[in-house]
Amino acid sequence: MSSVAVIDYGMGNLHSIAKALQHAEPECDVHVTSSADAIFNADRVVFPGVGAIRDCMQALNQTGLSEVITDVAKTKPFLGICLGMQALLIDNEENGHTQTLSIIPGHVIRFAESLQDNDGNILKIPHMGWNQVHQVQHPLWAYIPQDSRFYFVHSYYAKPDDTSVVAGTAEYPNAFACALAQNNIFAVQFHPEKSQAVGLQLLKNFLHWDGQL
Amino acid sequence: MSLAKRIIPCLDVDNGRVVKGVKFVDIRDAGDPVEIARRYDKEGADEITFLDITATHDNRNTMVHVVEQVASEVFIPLTVGGGIRTLDDIRRMLNAGADKVGINSAAVFNPEFVREAAERFGSQCIVVAIDAKKVSQPDEANRWEIFTHGGRKGTGIDAVAWAKKMVDYGAGEILLTSMDRDGTRIGFDLPLTRAISEAVSVPVIASGGVGNLDHLADGIIEGKADAVLAASIFHFAEFTIQQAKERMAERGIEVRL
Repeated sequence: MSSVAVIDYGMGNLHSIAKALQHAEPECDVHVTSSADAIFNADRVVFPGVGAIRDCMQALNQTGLSEVITDVAKTKPFLGICLGMQALLIDNEENGHTQTLSIIPGHVIRFAESLQDNDGNILKIPHMGWNQVHQVQHPLWAYIPQDSRFYFVHSYYAKPDDTSVVAGTAEYPNAFACALAQNNIFAVQFHPEKSQAVGLQLLKNFLHWDGQL
Repeated sequence: MSLAKRIIPCLDVDNGRVVKGVKFVDIRDAGDPVEIARRYDKEGADEITFLDITATHDNRNTMVHVVEQVASEVFIPLTVGGGIRTLDDIRRMLNAGADKVGINSAAVFNPEFVREAAERFGSQCIVVAIDAKKVSQPDEANRWEIFTHGGRKGTGIDAVAWAKKMVDYGAGEILLTSMDRDGTRIGFDLPLTRAISEAVSVPVIASGGVGNLDHLADGIIEGKADAVLAASIFHFAEFTIQQAKERMAERGIEVRL
């Protein structure tokens, strides 16, 4: 069975994502690793991340993993999660404009303050909890009902330059891109590893994906 | 289409065992946190909170193992509270698979701890737990104060001002417990919940006093909470989480069914 590398660059909890991948596909070889060789040798790569984008980019640049990611994101089935999705764009408003990896053209911006829902209640930031994801056709959505709820926790969101990379949207209260697809890359703002059955299905789909559309 | 309001069952854990008697008829071991967490996950819990009620040093090591085991099988967000006092306590819980930690007394004794924790680990994983009690007289405007030591010690700190301060310091969420209502089963302190929820920009979890399913819905509709936490109504199998969600949906609340 195939192998998957979960990139470890010191940004928090990788226990859950590793366990969720293993649970989704017990036959799969899951490696949590910071080794460039291990990442290059794996069949697939997962790029997770939580916390602040500046710390994330600092860790990636210090460890040299920026180049490794830029390289494997061109060649292997690649899944970015949360900060691991945001880092793929060009820059991020957080921490006063942080430059990111520029693998997908576009920017990451903060939810506007004082947005209201239909009942006139102020929407809280972070956007935290289970929200519906409207899918745009892609192999990674296989067996997942349209508009299923996934678990989100974030204050910034991606605004890609080219809307054809949008693979899923959520509303808070306006629609925003919460899944991006570009060739062999799939990237999500929500946490599949914390989204129960539908999240595990998405991980399973990824572990069987050949990177083609 | 919008964000669902969350239902969060809370488990009190002492030395690796769930206490306060969980009474599911069809459960093999009513004290096993893993088995109970699995059960709540199946019923549709949106998150699970573990409260380490004794929080001694030995107990915390046990709690790390509990979190590791649960996080290996249950793929929804997990929060751990009780006795979180140092950055190392937080790191260990997050590495074990917790998504968020609840900071309570440590925030009161040293507010800077919240700032350091949020800077190091991100606001998304820092929940500040607030225990509040009404201190105003019936003929006065409502006023609540922060209490510590299980509601026995007043601090003189105004609850609404404190909640705002904690958000300024980096709290990503507030877990608000009414010490007047905790254990009473007569419903949340709705004016308190609403006052805090309207004062802060981050999500608020209402806690303390739930005795029936309408109390949960009231917390969302009247209390303006983003999530509701309850223990006994779920533990004693009076109601399932599924039933709670159905009742909330009947009252027009968006839930994950």
